[in-house]
Amino acid sequence: MKILLVGEYRENKLLDVTYDLIGFADKLEADKVMLAVGYEEDIPKFDGKLYLADAKALGEYNPSAHKQLVLDVVEKENPDLIVFIHSSFGWDLAPRVATSLKATQFTEVIDYKDNSFIVPSCNSKLRRDLKSKTSKTVITIQAGAFTPLSEPQGMPSIENISADASSNVNFVAYEEAEAKGLDLTKAEIIVTAGRGVGKKDNIPIIQALADKLGGELGASRPVADNAWVDQSHQVGTTGQTVSPKLYIACGVSGAIQHLAGMKKSEFIVAVNTDKDAPINEVADILVVADVLQFVPALTSKLS
Amino acid sequence: MKVLVCIKQVPDMESKFKVNAQNNWFDENDLAYRINEYDEYAIEQAVQLKEQLSDVDVTVLCVGPTRVKEALKKALAMGCDRAVHIEDEESYIKDSSQVASLIADFAKDKSYDIIFTGMQSQDRGSAQVGVIVSELLNIACVSTIADFEYSDGITVKRELEGGLKSIIKVDTPVVLTCQLGLNTPRYPTLPNIMKAKKKELITIDSLELSSIDSLNETLNFYYPQKSGGSLILEGDVPELADKLIAILKEKTSVL
Repeated sequence: MKILLVGEYRENKLLDVTYDLIGFADKLEADKVMLAVGYEEDIPKFDGKLYLADAKALGEYNPSAHKQLVLDVVEKENPDLIVFIHSSFGWDLAPRVATSLKATQFTEVIDYKDNSFIVPSCNSKLRRDLKSKTSKTVITIQAGAFTPLSEPQGMPSIENISADASSNVNFVAYEEAEAKGLDLTKAEIIVTAGRGVGKKDNIPIIQALADKLGGELGASRPVADNAWVDQSHQVGTTGQTVSPKLYIACGVSGAIQHLAGMKKSEFIVAVNTDKDAPINEVADILVVADVLQFVPALTSKLS
Repeated sequence: MKVLVCIKQVPDMESKFKVNAQNNWFDENDLAYRINEYDEYAIEQAVQLKEQLSDVDVTVLCVGPTRVKEALKKALAMGCDRAVHIEDEESYIKDSSQVASLIADFAKDKSYDIIFTGMQSQDRGSAQVGVIVSELLNIACVSTIADFEYSDGITVKRELEGGLKSIIKVDTPVVLTCQLGLNTPRYPTLPNIMKAKKKELITIDSLELSSIDSLNETLNFYYPQKSGGSLILEGDVPELADKLIAILKEKTSVL
């Protein structure tokens, strides 16, 4: 099998997730070539061929130019599989490439077994095994699912490529996240409110437990999106990545983006009525109970 | 301005799912359905645009079996002008390219200026349909928008990783796929629910639209094996609290 990996750069720098692509190719023991729109000063370490387009000439992500580059390399290399990271870059570009190639696409692949691709479904509660019926297949892989086993090394041979930089979407600028008023990364204890707390009026119940423990209040994405808790408390891919000594997740289902932000916590307690919720996969203890009954009981028993 | 909003109806994600007899999706019985969360933001953005500008006409579209009419009615009650139900009892097993082909075939001669949809569905999570529709219609697409502004053209913010956003200007026609938190989707009011009953809801058989053969096959659908790491505490609430405190005292250094 031959695989084309599509690496990622942003603002002059190679993104580390690019090595997950190499981890994936190594797991499949496949022939790999890589394509990236990047910089000669910062190239990924691996042995093989790298098609490199100059990011200085092409600018930041430009869907039509990036698509054309992938299609050009597909033409040259005739890969069986075209692999992206499941990221804002990958999930935008992969369907464009797949449509042009009349190929199927599998999204957020977490494993590959017996010629089938395994993807999560229903908020990661379930799994689907999928088989491609097209001669080429496009996939995005879940970040972290194929981390390479060994330290990256090697030096690719580089072939420079280019594309027309005109675009029907015009990148203006990046906007950094607002300065965080709250640094959760230093907290020893975080008590996080998830959607399961039900409504904004119930947040003080969670806050009270955090206060009693001398910890900080965290929030899952829906809780921050609904402004039940300020965005600065958000834990996860779009919020803060934390690793406290104790993490108590109250009514948090555990979307992959949330898990990525807290799974390195030393000790994780999940309070949830749903035993199938994905948060339970990373929890040390699952308390099967209604958050609104259990949390006040716990708070009052802590002296 | 003509706006199309593409929505999906999905089960409540808290549901207890059962795998169907074919082992390729969940059993649809005994599930409570609702509008895919990401699509609620798409509806809201279209309705806000209609409130901002005087000449906006919003069509909401859903592919699926008869039950999806409920989702369309809610979208009408939120403020969409008309609804199109592309009736397809088999939509649950159609892949993203097939669903996108149906939508693109419906939309191709209707000159929509903006097509809003969610960035992904909560059940399938493919994040493909909106982008494929734009490719099939050969129009621009910005995915994962977390902010939308219309004044003298469209400016959106695309959500990237680590809190970073990219600001993008784009002309119509365009497909925009919506991220959670884009706006605050409204609840339909009773008067608007009554008004929605008079709005047009047309049904088109999916067989009348051109589509393609499936590009993939679902071999199996199942619950993953539990990692088995977590200790499960169940029972009486006060007792649970005592047990948890005892464990935290033993296993962590913070109590």
